[in-house]
Amino acid sequence: MSTASTSVPSSPARGAGAPLLEVDDLRVQFRTGSGLVNAVNGVSYTVSEGETVAILGESGSGKSVSAQAIMGILDSPPAEVTSGRIVFEGRDLLTLPEEEQRRVRGPGISMIFQDALSSLNPVYSVGFQIGEMFRAHRGTSRKEAKQHAVELMERVRIPAAKERVNDYPHQFSGGMRQRVMIAMALALDPRILIADEPTTALDVTVQAQVMDLLKDLQRDTGMGLILITHDLGVVNEVADNVAVMYAGRIVERGTVDEVFGNPAHPYTDGLMRSIPQVEVKGGRLQPIGGQPPNLAAIPSGCPFHPRCPKRRTGAEAAPGRDCVADVPPLRLVLPGREAACHYSEEVLDA
Amino acid sequence: MGRYIARRLLLTIPVMLGASFLIFALVYALPGDPIRALGGDRPLAPAVVAQLTDEFNLNDPLWLQYVKYVGDLLQGDFGTDFRGREVLDTITQRMPVTIKLALVAIAFEIVIGIVAGVMAGIRKNGFFDNVVLVSTTLIVSIPILVLAFVAQFTLGLQLGLFPIAGVNDGWYSYLLPGLVLAAGSLAYVARLTRTSIAENMRADYVRTARAKGLPRRDVIVRHTLRNSLIPVVTFVGADIGTLMGGAIVTETVFNLPGIGRAVFDAVRAQEGAVVVGIVTLLVFVFIFFNLVVDVLYAVLDPRIRYE
Amino acid sequence: MSEPNLTTVGHDEAGAGGVTGATDQPGGGRQNSLWSDAWRQLRRNAFFWIGALFGLLFVAMALLPSVFARGVDPRSCSLSNSNGTPSAEHWFGFDQQGCDYLANVVYGARNSLIIGLLAVVVILVFGVLVGAISGFYGGVTDSILSRIADIFYALPLILGALVVLRSGILGRGVVAVAIALAMFGWMTAMRLVRSQVIAVKSSDYVAAARAMGASDSRILLRHILPNAVAPVLVYATITIGVLIAAEATLTFLGVGLQAPAISWGLQIDTGQDLLRTAPHAVLFPSLVLTLTVMAFVLMGDALRDALDPKQRS
Repeated sequence: MSTASTSVPSSPARGAGAPLLEVDDLRVQFRTGSGLVNAVNGVSYTVSEGETVAILGESGSGKSVSAQAIMGILDSPPAEVTSGRIVFEGRDLLTLPEEEQRRVRGPGISMIFQDALSSLNPVYSVGFQIGEMFRAHRGTSRKEAKQHAVELMERVRIPAAKERVNDYPHQFSGGMRQRVMIAMALALDPRILIADEPTTALDVTVQAQVMDLLKDLQRDTGMGLILITHDLGVVNEVADNVAVMYAGRIVERGTVDEVFGNPAHPYTDGLMRSIPQVEVKGGRLQPIGGQPPNLAAIPSGCPFHPRCPKRRTGAEAAPGRDCVADVPPLRLVLPGREAACHYSEEVLDA
Repeated sequence: MGRYIARRLLLTIPVMLGASFLIFALVYALPGDPIRALGGDRPLAPAVVAQLTDEFNLNDPLWLQYVKYVGDLLQGDFGTDFRGREVLDTITQRMPVTIKLALVAIAFEIVIGIVAGVMAGIRKNGFFDNVVLVSTTLIVSIPILVLAFVAQFTLGLQLGLFPIAGVNDGWYSYLLPGLVLAAGSLAYVARLTRTSIAENMRADYVRTARAKGLPRRDVIVRHTLRNSLIPVVTFVGADIGTLMGGAIVTETVFNLPGIGRAVFDAVRAQEGAVVVGIVTLLVFVFIFFNLVVDVLYAVLDPRIRYE
Repeated sequence: MSEPNLTTVGHDEAGAGGVTGATDQPGGGRQNSLWSDAWRQLRRNAFFWIGALFGLLFVAMALLPSVFARGVDPRSCSLSNSNGTPSAEHWFGFDQQGCDYLANVVYGARNSLIIGLLAVVVILVFGVLVGAISGFYGGVTDSILSRIADIFYALPLILGALVVLRSGILGRGVVAVAIALAMFGWMTAMRLVRSQVIAVKSSDYVAAARAMGASDSRILLRHILPNAVAPVLVYATITIGVLIAAEATLTFLGVGLQAPAISWGLQIDTGQDLLRTAPHAVLFPSLVLTLTVMAFVLMGDALRDALDPKQRS
C-alpha cells in the first residue's frame, strides 16, 4: 500500500524509518443468524512513532471493528478476520500464537474505550485494575503494583490519587473514569494507543481536558495514537492524518488540513457540509441524505452510490467507472492524497 | 451498614411474631381437644384434664395464651409437649440431622450447579449448554416426592450404591437425601450461573480485560466468574433457609430423624408446643439467612450501599 | 439529484457486542406487538409444543377419564389380581386391591386438575387484588400488606398447608386442599403485581391519564394492570404445575385427599411400601404426575422466553 499517511510530519517526537504499525488489506466478517456481515473490507493504513492517525466514520463504518481486530479482541465467533496482515514491530500479529499476541496487548499496543463506566470492572478498585497490568505482564507484587497505580493516576492528573486508589469506578466522575482508563492503558508504556471514541460519552468541557491530556502524554512518550471517532472537531484539533471510512472501507485519506480543506470524496465533502463552520456564516447545513449502508448487503459498485449526489451510471459514466457497477479503488488523486472515488477530480474542483 | 443491619433486624421481629402467631392460632384454635385426645381410648380422669389444661393455659383466650408463650420463649423456654418432654430438647436433638442434610444439599448445589452453569454459559448454545438446558427443565419438573422414590429405587435398591433410609452410615447416609433435596435448587443455580456468565462474557469490562493482555484464566476467573457469581452466591445463601424448612418430604421419605420429620410428626399428633416452637425457629433461620444474603450482597458488589 | 428510498434498516455498530443484523421491528401498538411477537416466538419453540401436548392430554384425561381408561371402572377390582404386573390387557397392571391401575391413574387426573386450577385462581384473585392495592396506594397500606406477605413468605408452602389442613378448620377434600395451598402461595403473585404497579404508576402516560381526570379505579384497570398480565401469566402457568405436585405431596403426607378419593398422592403413598415387590405401583402415578408438572413448566418457560424481549437473541 501507499505510504501517504506517513508523508506529512507534524510531531517533533516522530522517528524516521519504518512505521510502528502497518495494517494491510484487513477484512473482517461476522457470521450472524441473518447471514454474513462484512464489517471491514480491505483496510490498510500505517502509524508511525508520535503520529496521530484519526479513523473517521459513522456508526457501522467498521472503524471500531478494525481497531478490535488489531487488538485481537474480537469475539470469534461471530467475528472472523478473513484476510490481511497486521504488522507490529516486524511481526504479523495475525499469525502469532495467542500467547504471543497477548504479550503485545498492554506493553505493545493498548486501547481505551468509549464508555469508561462499563469498560471498568465494577467490583474491583481502580488501583487494582491499573495494577493488574504490572502483575499480569511483569509479575509485580500486589503492593508494588498499587504503588505504580498511584503514580499513574498522578500522571493522568487525578487529584488525591493516593486517597482514591482504592475507590471503585462508580465513585468517579465521567472524566476521571476516562483518566483511569488512560492510566491503565498507558501503564506499560505502549508504543501504540488506540482510543475508541474516548470522549464521546463526556461533557464538552471535559472532552477538551481529556484530549489535551492524551496529546500531552503522546508528546512525552512518543507513542503512535490511533483515534477512532465520528467527531470532526476532535480530528481537526488533534490528528495529523485522517482516514475516512465508509461501509468497511477507507474512502479517503491524507493530512487533516488537506482532507478537511479540500475533500476528494463526495462522502467527506458531505460530512464537511453537515457541520457548522465558523468561516461560513449564514450558510445552510446540509445533512447527508439517505441511510448508512446495511453491512449485510453492501451496495454494488461504490458503496456510497445510493447517497451520492455526484454519482454517474449508465450512459453518463466513463467506461469502467460506473458508480453502480464498478468498485472504485483507493488511488492517489493528489500528492499525499488518496480517495476511492471514480470522479475525485470533480469533487476536488468543486 | 451497622445501622442498616440493626434496622433490618428490627423489621424481622414483627414478621417472626406474625408467623409464629399464625401457626399458634392454627394449632390451638382447633375445635378438637388435644388433652382429651392424649388419653386415646382410655379417657383421662377429669382432674388430670383440668391440671393439664391449666398447665398449658388452654382456658385463657388465644391472644393471652400467645403472650404467655412468647414471654416464656424470650426466656429461652420453648415449653414442653403433652408428655412433659422439653421442646428445646427435641429441637437440639433433631437439629444436627437437618443441618447435615442442608449442608450436603448446599454442597451439591454449589459444586454441580455452578460447574454445570459455567460450562454451559461459556459456550452458549453449544452441546453442553443444551444438555444443561434440557436436564434442568426435567429436574425442575420432577416433584421432590417422585424424585425421592426414583433415587431410592434406582441408586438405592437397584444399584445398591446408597442406603435408602436412616442415618446409620454417617455422612454417607446423607448423600442421597441431600441430592434429592438439592435437585430443584441445583437446577436453578445451574441456570442462573449460565445466564449470568453468558451475559457477563459480553460485558465491556471483559473486553477491557482482554485488551489489557491478561491471561485467559484471569479474564475468565477474575473478570467473568467473580462478577457472575454475585447473584448465584446470594441465591445459595438464601436457599439455606429454604432448604431447612423444605426438608419435610425428604426427611419423611428417607426416614431421617431431623427437624422436618419432627415437625411433621408433631403436626400429626397435634403437639402444639412442638409445632409452634419449630416453626418459629425455621422462620428465624429463613429470615436470618435472607439478612445475611443482603449484607453479603453489599460486600460482593461495591456499588450496593445500604443507607 | 435523487435520493433512493433505501429499504435497508438497522445499522448497529458492528462492535464487540455482536452484530444484530437487519432485524428492526416495525413500530406499532406496544402491547399488540408484544403479544403477536410472543406468539410468533412460541410457535417456533419445540418445548412449548411438547408442554402443550402433555397439558392437553392431561386436561382431556381429567374431562373424559373413561376414554383413557379404556372403559374400565377404577373401582371394579378383584383381589385375585392384587399387585399384578403390567400386561397387554392391563397396561399399568393392578394395585394392591386388584383394581386396574391404568384406570386409577387416569381417574386421578381430575382431582389434580381441579385443585391446581382452583388454587391458582384463588392465588391470582387474591394476589392481584392485594398487590394492586399495595402498589397503588403505597405508604402505610403498602407497608402493612407487604409485611403480611413477608409473614406468609417465611413459612414453607408444604409446612403451612400441612398445619392448616391438620387443624381441620377448612375440613378435608378438594376445596380445602386448594384453599390451603392458596393461603400459603399467594405472595409471589402479590409481589409481581405490586412491583409492576409501582413501576407503571410513575410513568408519564399514567400521569397524563390522571391529568385528564381519570379515577383511581380506571387508571388501575385500564392502564396499570394490563402491564402486569405478562409476568403474572408466566407465573400462573408454572404455578399450576407446582400446585399439582404440592397436592400430591400433601396427600402423600396424609393431610390431603382421603381414601375413597382417587389421587396420585394416595397411590404413591400406598405404593411406597411395595417399592421392592411392585415398583410399578409407585412408577405409574409418579410418571404421570411428573409429565403433568413438566407440561406446565415447559409452557411457562416458553412463555417467559417469548414475553421477555431481553431474552431474545
